[in-house]
Amino acid sequence: MVAAGILLALIFLAALAPWLVTGASPFETNAALSLQPPSGAHIFGTDQSGRDVFARVVYGTRYSLAVGLGATALALVAGLILGLGAALGPRIVEGALSRLIDVLMSFPEFLLALLVIAVVGTGEANIPLAVALAAIPAYARVARSETVVVSQTGYIRAARSLGVHPIAVVWRHIIPNIVGPLLVMATIGVGTAIVTASGLSFLGLGPQPPTPEWGIMLSEGRNFLATAWWVGVFPGLAITATVIAISTVGRYFRSQSEVALS
Amino acid sequence: MSSPRVEISHLSVTFPGASAPAVNDVSFHIDAGECLALVGESGSGKTLTALSLLGLVPPEAAVSVGTRVVAGVNTRGFTEAKWRALRGNRVGLVSQDALVSLDPLREIGSEVGEVLELSRPRLPRDVIAQRVLDALELAGVPQPHYRSRQYPHELSGGLRQRALIASAIAGQPEVLIADEPTTALDSITQAHIFDLLAALKESGLALLLVSHDLGLVRQLADRIAVMREGAILECAPAAELLEAPQHSYTRELLNAVVTRQPARGTHAALIEGPPALSCLGLHRSYPDREGGFVEALRGVSFSVRAGTTMGIVGESGSGKSTLARILMALEKPNSGVVELAGEPWSLAPERSRRSRRGEIQLIEQNPYDALDPRWSVGRILQEAVNLDSSPGPAWVRRARVAELLDQVGLSTQLIGRRAHQLSGGQRQRVAIARALARRPSVLICDEPVSALDASVRAQILALLHSLQKSLGLTLVLISHDLGIIAHSSDEVLVMRHGEVIESGLRESVLNHPVHPFTQELLAASKSL
Repeated sequence: MVAAGILLALIFLAALAPWLVTGASPFETNAALSLQPPSGAHIFGTDQSGRDVFARVVYGTRYSLAVGLGATALALVAGLILGLGAALGPRIVEGALSRLIDVLMSFPEFLLALLVIAVVGTGEANIPLAVALAAIPAYARVARSETVVVSQTGYIRAARSLGVHPIAVVWRHIIPNIVGPLLVMATIGVGTAIVTASGLSFLGLGPQPPTPEWGIMLSEGRNFLATAWWVGVFPGLAITATVIAISTVGRYFRSQSEVALS
Repeated sequence: MSSPRVEISHLSVTFPGASAPAVNDVSFHIDAGECLALVGESGSGKTLTALSLLGLVPPEAAVSVGTRVVAGVNTRGFTEAKWRALRGNRVGLVSQDALVSLDPLREIGSEVGEVLELSRPRLPRDVIAQRVLDALELAGVPQPHYRSRQYPHELSGGLRQRALIASAIAGQPEVLIADEPTTALDSITQAHIFDLLAALKESGLALLLVSHDLGLVRQLADRIAVMREGAILECAPAAELLEAPQHSYTRELLNAVVTRQPARGTHAALIEGPPALSCLGLHRSYPDREGGFVEALRGVSFSVRAGTTMGIVGESGSGKSTLARILMALEKPNSGVVELAGEPWSLAPERSRRSRRGEIQLIEQNPYDALDPRWSVGRILQEAVNLDSSPGPAWVRRARVAELLDQVGLSTQLIGRRAHQLSGGQRQRVAIARALARRPSVLICDEPVSALDASVRAQILALLHSLQKSLGLTLVLISHDLGIIAHSSDEVLVMRHGEVIESGLRESVLNHPVHPFTQELLAASKSL
């Protein structure tokens, strides 16, 4: 847990101030130094254009983290609204939304993201949108079931019988009481979102080279795996480490909130 | 006389970090064919004492005991394996909540048979099946063949409790521990369960009855031990203890037993007033699993005069809570109308109804989910106070919150507390204060005290009473307990299977019941 926390802190530092972590530029090419193995000067080695892999991994953190956090926040809010609607709306809305969620749930998340990209087109800005849309059903379903449970409690009935406006009931009583599990889900969801986003750019559907993005770097490094493993392995390790760090910290928060509830 | 079936001396149980032991130097014995009742409030250590007879005290607790003879066996130095052989086989346990004590995924028959399979592994299947049916029959489960193939959720509360008793007696134990065996049940079912326990006692079983309610145990117990804060205050033959209690706490508990004595005269003049709340021909049904309908209410009509109390009594499942929600306009009736102060209520559109919602308020059974767990007491009351048409400046509203707390007998020091930091009685008081914040004219109380301890019950009922007097409230009191209804109602309505089977002034319903079900209810509550 502590190790994951430190790692996460480093990852955030790399995202916010990459220049503090590495002095090298992620874009500067040097044909003379192409595909150098890891050494003192280039600790992760250099790629086919002689760019410093470490610098590119560090600068790539910002993009991955931004997509992960942004897409998760988007999915959380949209899922919350959908879930509330599915639990509290009139029967026809309730039925329609629940079936919609069921249909979306039946597709693997990645496939759903691919579908969205296919519809809205490739590009840097569409990746978070696709990842968010793919993650919405999971949040919506949890939000719905939590809302159903909370809306049957005595304090919700009491608020309704006091004459509190329904919107105020939802805002003051329901949302604060269902948002806990969703936030915990989101901390773990950030990791998934990063993997999905990297996967999309690995397929060339996201930002284009030479942007320092982990998915692109993986896809470029794939061609040199036999001769220069470091070009592909280090961005891959970066994805793995980030996802594990975020998930571990997320699980910790979840166990804490479970202790608080019991 | 043979040696006692149970003998405990100097039993103490201490939890690590606790300042005082949870059970403190408790000694008692039970002979065969005898019933000892352990009585006390929740937290007095009575359940822990009972569990120690089964070696089921939580492992982190330190147990010290002089002698512990259970089912005639000295358990000194017992290993977990030996305890397992004892449990179910020679000592049966009937616990409080039959809904959570039965595995929802297993048929009743296999649940009851499990104890036999474990204790007598070589018994052939058909013998086990026969024993299971015998046990179910002995426990008073009708049609045991049919019931043994049902799942717990298909049974009513009373049948579940009987199935649980059947599983406890299937192994033909010599000692039976019944921990609050009837708390969740209505008075008729309670009486049946007590008859059953009495019959088992007659057959030579040693019975340990654990309850918070002195009124309940008196008909069954040969001796009663009163527990408080882990210690036995006094232990005496039942008649002696009830006639001449030695300890002041025992007297307090006895006073807390709600008697059927009327608390006040009927206000004949008030009964002539206009109806504060009335309903006509209420019907409500819910779809069930087989595609049919369950009729929760079948044509319920009554009216309540302003300033009086209407007591509604019925078994669990008679549609009482559905009625409460329809009266509150939280649910719509399929047909029929509710009028509040002579104006349409159930038929009014929600938009115009919302401003009038303060006039009618609800107190529910479960004080544990009545308060938003994230909110402090002050904020909960503040929310209700702010709904006033002219709430006034902040200091006026704060004063109103303090006034409300004072009205329900709570200290203003509780303002910063959250629900989980309050006791059940305190939570129910906060719920009442919140209802009063809107200055209602009608207060609907749906089983307001059934989740509370006996001594707290009397306090809450007295509070509702004095509030009615000082604020001129109209009360609709809903309960399965005729004692509570008889205690504080002007008029009584008896419900069964969603229908009103009898209604009238309290005196006439209680003294001259017409319907056989009312007579049965009365007989059941008199015997307690």
